[in-house]
Amino acid sequence: MTSTLSDTEQPALSPAFQQVSVGRKVKNGTATVLVWLSFLLAVVPLVWVLYTVIVNGIKVIPYSNWWTQDFGSVLSDEVGGGVLHAIIGTLEQGLVCAIISVPLGLMVAIYLVEYGRGGGFSKVTTFMVDILSGVPSIVAALFIYALWITTFGLPRSGFAVSLALVLLMIPVVVRSAEEMLRIVPDDLREASYALGVPKWKTITKVVLPTALSGIITGIMMALARVMGETAPLLVLVGYSAYVNWNLFNHEQAALPLLMNNERATNTMDPGTVGFDRIWGAALTLVIIIALINLIATGVSRMVAPKKK
Amino acid sequence: MTRNRIKVRPGDRIFKNLSVGAGVIVVALIGLIGLFLLVQAIPALRANNVNFLTSRIWETSDPTHLQFGILDLLLVTISTSLLALIIAMPISLGIALFLTQYAPRQLARPFSYVIDLLAAVPSIIFGLWGILVLAPRLSGVAEWLNRNLGFIPIFANGNVYPNFSGTIFTAGVVLAVMLFPIITSLSREVFERTPTPQVEGALALGATRWEVIRTTVLPFGKAGYIGASMLGLGRALGETIALAIILFIPRGKNFDYSLFDGGATFASKIAANYSEFNNPTSAGAYIASGLVLFVLTFAVNFAARSIIGDKKGA
Amino acid sequence: MLRQLEDMTVKIMRPIGAVGIVASAALVLAACGSQPGSTNSSTPTSGAATAATGTANVVCGGKTPLSGEGSTAQKTAMDVFAQQYTKACPGQVVNYNATGSGAGVKQFNAKQVDFGGSDSALSGADVDAANARCGGNPAWNLPLVVGPVAIAYKLDGVSSLTLNGEVAAKIFNGQIKTWNDPALTAINPGVNLPSKPIQVFSRSDDSGTTDNFQHYLAASSKGAWTQGTGKAFKGGTGNGAQGSNGVATGIRAADGAIGYVESSYVTNGLTAAKLDSGSGGVELSPANVGKALDAAVFAHPGSNDLAMDLDKIYAANTPGAYPLLLATYEIVCSKGYDADTAKAVKAFLTVSATTAQQPIADKGFVPLPQSLQDKVLTAINAIS
Repeated sequence: MTSTLSDTEQPALSPAFQQVSVGRKVKNGTATVLVWLSFLLAVVPLVWVLYTVIVNGIKVIPYSNWWTQDFGSVLSDEVGGGVLHAIIGTLEQGLVCAIISVPLGLMVAIYLVEYGRGGGFSKVTTFMVDILSGVPSIVAALFIYALWITTFGLPRSGFAVSLALVLLMIPVVVRSAEEMLRIVPDDLREASYALGVPKWKTITKVVLPTALSGIITGIMMALARVMGETAPLLVLVGYSAYVNWNLFNHEQAALPLLMNNERATNTMDPGTVGFDRIWGAALTLVIIIALINLIATGVSRMVAPKKK
Repeated sequence: MTRNRIKVRPGDRIFKNLSVGAGVIVVALIGLIGLFLLVQAIPALRANNVNFLTSRIWETSDPTHLQFGILDLLLVTISTSLLALIIAMPISLGIALFLTQYAPRQLARPFSYVIDLLAAVPSIIFGLWGILVLAPRLSGVAEWLNRNLGFIPIFANGNVYPNFSGTIFTAGVVLAVMLFPIITSLSREVFERTPTPQVEGALALGATRWEVIRTTVLPFGKAGYIGASMLGLGRALGETIALAIILFIPRGKNFDYSLFDGGATFASKIAANYSEFNNPTSAGAYIASGLVLFVLTFAVNFAARSIIGDKKGA
Repeated sequence: MLRQLEDMTVKIMRPIGAVGIVASAALVLAACGSQPGSTNSSTPTSGAATAATGTANVVCGGKTPLSGEGSTAQKTAMDVFAQQYTKACPGQVVNYNATGSGAGVKQFNAKQVDFGGSDSALSGADVDAANARCGGNPAWNLPLVVGPVAIAYKLDGVSSLTLNGEVAAKIFNGQIKTWNDPALTAINPGVNLPSKPIQVFSRSDDSGTTDNFQHYLAASSKGAWTQGTGKAFKGGTGNGAQGSNGVATGIRAADGAIGYVESSYVTNGLTAAKLDSGSGGVELSPANVGKALDAAVFAHPGSNDLAMDLDKIYAANTPGAYPLLLATYEIVCSKGYDADTAKAVKAFLTVSATTAQQPIADKGFVPLPQSLQDKVLTAINAIS
């Protein structure tokens, strides 16, 4: 986005604006009304979704058992229990996914921006990242199933889910990191080289810190996205109503999986346990994602290059 | 630091190798996925008794007599996504313009945050909201359109008639709501970067607010906006769980170009039937359809990339 | 109806009086050691039903968590089983993943879970795959959960509706299109049926419920159902929706809609139709289903594979019996588990077949009749 010279060089409009005629006023007014209208039109459903989640989910959230217990000891139509098991699964699977995909994605972005710079292989890589970002989550899940479970003969597990999420997260990380690295001015790099700093140190000490705040925001958004994925969970891990910390063995719950499980097996009429659980879990997930976004904003502000 | 300036620095070599290696891994990964999809799909495609591209039958329960064609899946996938895009594109443009050009800063900031947050709301939530909350209210609108504009084919009685809730119409509207945040946040970012001298120049010439937008913001951000919409389209095409929840499957009837038809998209079909995957040949039929979705989404993403990329390079 | 319910209860309770005390004493000795009193003395019936076989051998221990996957129809019952199992064997847990019968069979055959849950017995290529999974030993279908399927409808102003197999088949294959069709009015004298179109709902995902329902239509419709059976709905009319919740939501949203769901989904505006097998309309109730179950015939008589031939029940004309039921099997290996897993599987199934049967009656399921329970326990004991 740094090289937009051709646009700035063009005059805004060939004939200069004359005094504001009635027609122009009407057009301006119409546009203002339309913009406001479309904003309101969009706000209605968006706020409606959030409202539905909050109003329906708020019933179970305030109780401590919701955050500290699992559903292991309660029946599917019994009030009580909590979603600790699903929160643990969601966070563990998301964290491991991030541990794998962030370095990988970041290195790919560094390669594309700092080393590849339009070369043959970098074109291939960009192309492949594009393909990867087009892989629907259900296809990614099927691929991991074939690789991890059918070929390697390993059991379904939270880790298999993490692997499928990696496939979905890498392209998002690459794209956002690439974008952020590209807007680091070349002057900075050149100044660093001129001081005799090796390229790798220039990248790690100058370029990355400059772009870090944007990269972190991108990573956190990507993480929030993959933590809400349902399809890989359906295929790659079994649901458990008990807390399971083990990512590599046995069934493990996650919030979207729990919601899907309740949807498939419980009644969802207002006032029923299934209804409370499904919307409670939805609200919990939204809260977790909001927290992650908040942390991302905070961290990226902290590491942002100081402005004079 | 200057000590080993003349030699090829080992640090540099290692770092470069690492980054190239990461690129190689990603490329290899895609190769593997493509290979896997093909290997799984080919036996099923060979055993298929109808034309894969033009047939509307999907009967895979008997692996010895497979019949599967993707035409209906393709049409439903495209019509839900297109409807979503038609609704979402102008409205998202409006929100993005509102947030960058009209709204006061104190309002724009929290709203931008809420919209980014909504981009991360899981699709299963949108699906549940769509079928449980929105559909009952929307079906009135659908019935009205059907009653008054039914002579237009796209508003004609659908194949799930007399039902109006689990339709492409509902699905498209829900998808559009899911696309608002995606298209908006990307376009907003581009609009925000409209060079200030252009805007100030237009203002100095006495342009009204709309004229500033029309002459500076829109020309500058057009490519970014279209690119964002294409990315949204890519997301819509691959949407799985929300559509599986919303869409009804008409029995014994095909897609008939009405918005009030039901049906299944590629992704929702796979998700709804993955439990059938115990036979590798039957599973291959679904994977073959996944392959088509993969190609379709890729084409859209690639187009988006080149539109945005052209702009960048200019 | 109350009378029938009492009969049922008596039947289930019968063995308690006979050997209950001995059995629970045996259990105390045999059970896991830790706090035996708390688990058994508080529930004196726990070993009772087992006593029918003369031995009370809930030997706790072995693999934990035990894992199962499959039918969504038995999820509620599975929750009870899991709870009772943990009660009887503290520290032992079961994870049951309700993803559908097809997935249950698939994951069992792929050795991903220890037992599968399926609404229909293993058949075709799955039998061989299951045997291979069990190291060349046969896999058994053990019916542990029996529950009614409802033909649920929503029709304003009609609070009671009677159907028979033939009319149901014609509704679900599209031959009967309106509510005031002569075939419907003929079996619903005195009910004012409107001229609204019938909207049929079925499952869009593969389901054992669909399979059982289509078997019922085929067996009871006197030839009106020619579409065949299977986990995918073949009626060729109406709309499919995802899962039982989807079907229930679909019916609820439309006046004049009808579909089939497990009885627990018949809530909030939906009504279950009565079924007439020739002796008048019979209401859906556990007791009435229990009556129908007496006609059960096994597909492999004399074997420990207890796959049932439900077609006999569907086609039977037992007065007062509600025939549309669904038996969910736990699919287990007869041999071929490692010692740990075998121990846990046996303990879990024993608890499920005995102590846990009465509690699931509260959830709308039908407790296993004595004769069936005996057979199930014999089979469980034979697992090694």
